[in-house]
Amino acid sequence: MEKILSVNNLEQKFDLNRGILDKIKFRNGRFIKEERIVNAVNDISFDIKQREVFSLVGESGCGKSTTARTIIKLIEPKGGTVKFKGNNITNISGNEMLKYRKKMQMIFQDPYASLNPRQKVIDILVEPMLFHKVANNLQEAREKALDILEKVGLRPEQATRYPHQFSGGQRQRIGIARALAVEPEFIIADEPVSALDVSIQAQILNLLMELKDEFNFSYLFIAHDLSVVKHISDNLGVMYLGKIVEKGSKEHIFNNSLHPYTKALFSAIPRLSGTNLRKSKGIEGEIPSPISLPSGCFFHERCPYMKPICREVMPEEKEVEKDHFVLCHLY
Amino acid sequence: MNKLLEVKGLKTYFHTFKGTVKAVDNVSFDIHEGEILGVVGESGGGKSVTGFSVIRLIDEPGQIESGEIIFNGTNLLKKSESEMNKVRGKEISMVFQDPMTSLNPVYTIGEQMDEVLLLHEKLNKHERRNRCIELLKDVGISNPESRLKNYPHQFSGGMRQRVVIAIALAANPKLIIADEPTTALDVTIQSQILKLMKKLVEEHGVALMLITHDLAVVSEMADRINVMYCGKIVESGYTREIIENYTHPYTEGLLNSIPDIDKDKSKLNTIPGIVPNMFDLPKGCNFSPRCKNCQDICLEKEPKLTEIGENHYVSCHFPLRKEAN
Repeated sequence: MEKILSVNNLEQKFDLNRGILDKIKFRNGRFIKEERIVNAVNDISFDIKQREVFSLVGESGCGKSTTARTIIKLIEPKGGTVKFKGNNITNISGNEMLKYRKKMQMIFQDPYASLNPRQKVIDILVEPMLFHKVANNLQEAREKALDILEKVGLRPEQATRYPHQFSGGQRQRIGIARALAVEPEFIIADEPVSALDVSIQAQILNLLMELKDEFNFSYLFIAHDLSVVKHISDNLGVMYLGKIVEKGSKEHIFNNSLHPYTKALFSAIPRLSGTNLRKSKGIEGEIPSPISLPSGCFFHERCPYMKPICREVMPEEKEVEKDHFVLCHLY
Repeated sequence: MNKLLEVKGLKTYFHTFKGTVKAVDNVSFDIHEGEILGVVGESGGGKSVTGFSVIRLIDEPGQIESGEIIFNGTNLLKKSESEMNKVRGKEISMVFQDPMTSLNPVYTIGEQMDEVLLLHEKLNKHERRNRCIELLKDVGISNPESRLKNYPHQFSGGMRQRVVIAIALAANPKLIIADEPTTALDVTIQSQILKLMKKLVEEHGVALMLITHDLAVVSEMADRINVMYCGKIVESGYTREIIENYTHPYTEGLLNSIPDIDKDKSKLNTIPGIVPNMFDLPKGCNFSPRCKNCQDICLEKEPKLTEIGENHYVSCHFPLRKEAN
């Protein structure tokens, strides 16, 4: 299958110092230069094929959302390349990016912050339709918008309301409707269901899958909930501190997880059987700061299988079986 | 086991300009000493308002209309505000959802923990400090002596929730109401916090009312479960009974709509429709517009909570029965 998106050695860093003067610190009687850089995404690569759902999972602070925002160039990448349907979009200008924005849409995480509070729901949908010329005139755009609203489970009479009149779950539906409005080919969904109730979450997940079949979308799906990810994705990558520590097909990761962090994530999920938490050991500690990255393997401080080499050397990505990659010295 | 808390016919209504919201409507339940009661349901189901009503933290325009909240033999609804202040934090304490906003950013952790002890315990300054250190150790915070001087922003989300739990435990309460305590946390941190809460509940013999939307969390944690929908308890019973032998269509819908990591499903079963508008609840059973088994009687008459098995109550005209029964 053809690749719709290909990400190679992508890096994203945020400099916390403002200007040169901010970097100079007075310590122990002399001036030193101190760099404070957040290493949010550290050299990650993955491909998404057409009509495929690729998921990135990991805990907060691991760089999932930053990766998504960097791919769609809401933040300029600091290294590596992003190719959309074979075209390198890493360094193109904002104007050139516009034609790709119609094809790549994003569903954001926080439905409270991602909608303009001064726009009515219908206008939120109509504006991008007219801008990207999906609809020829206002009348057509409005009709389309109402169709989409119905698809995401909102009633037509709610179209003239403002975002604050909706609950968090309903707002997320509006966010999804907005992404659908311009008929994109590729959707980046950044935790689209984590703000929703379970029954609504199931409706939205089903909806996202139905839309995929209807319009042949590809998704980059970002989530922290492994059961949701298992349900929706074809392939996935597990992220930890800006690195993909394990990637492969759904079967690889869920039936034969290899990286100690992936295993730890699985053991932490509460299950309906009610026995997982009591049995599992879980992992201690928290994600280290991305400002001062640990030496060697980023996971070594929390890893139950730590060897001396893990403290020294960052492991290379190894293909353990076909299309199943692990970043760990154990393999 | 003794009943620690008994809530009878609780009604908490919110009177707004647009009409009255019956956030909690005729809810009765009890919690035994040392027991974990899980309260599940979707947002708007009245779970949190039930929790807040128990310690009477209902603000205008909300009002507890009627009912009884009997805690340790006394009716909390008959107490004056100053008597209530002696219960809050001392007898019943609360862990809130968002550890980012439930701590005061301008006081150190030490000061905030000290305040609880100062109000509720007769200890001198030195004893209070030692107790704070002991509590922080209990909840798994390393170097508690130096951490006492830290402000909330110097802690991560998981660590802050540990601090909030330490504060909740400070005055040795008999009941802790935890309102979505791990919703804002990552899974690995969530499992740490849930294990910690379970351990503390067992060690201190505290009862816990765990309010959450996550059925998997309650099946791991709770002894009994109340399922709430639109301000009413629709089903209650022992945890395994509810998960494996549910009888209310809403409970079934909730359980089926979670993607189960242990099973493969191509499509999730959903509950059609959305939670009804609380200003305009349907006549008869609140769940009738979304229910697949809805009959004429469901549209007319509200079902009563009836016992269907040992300690298993359901409020439905046509409860589902598994064939095995």
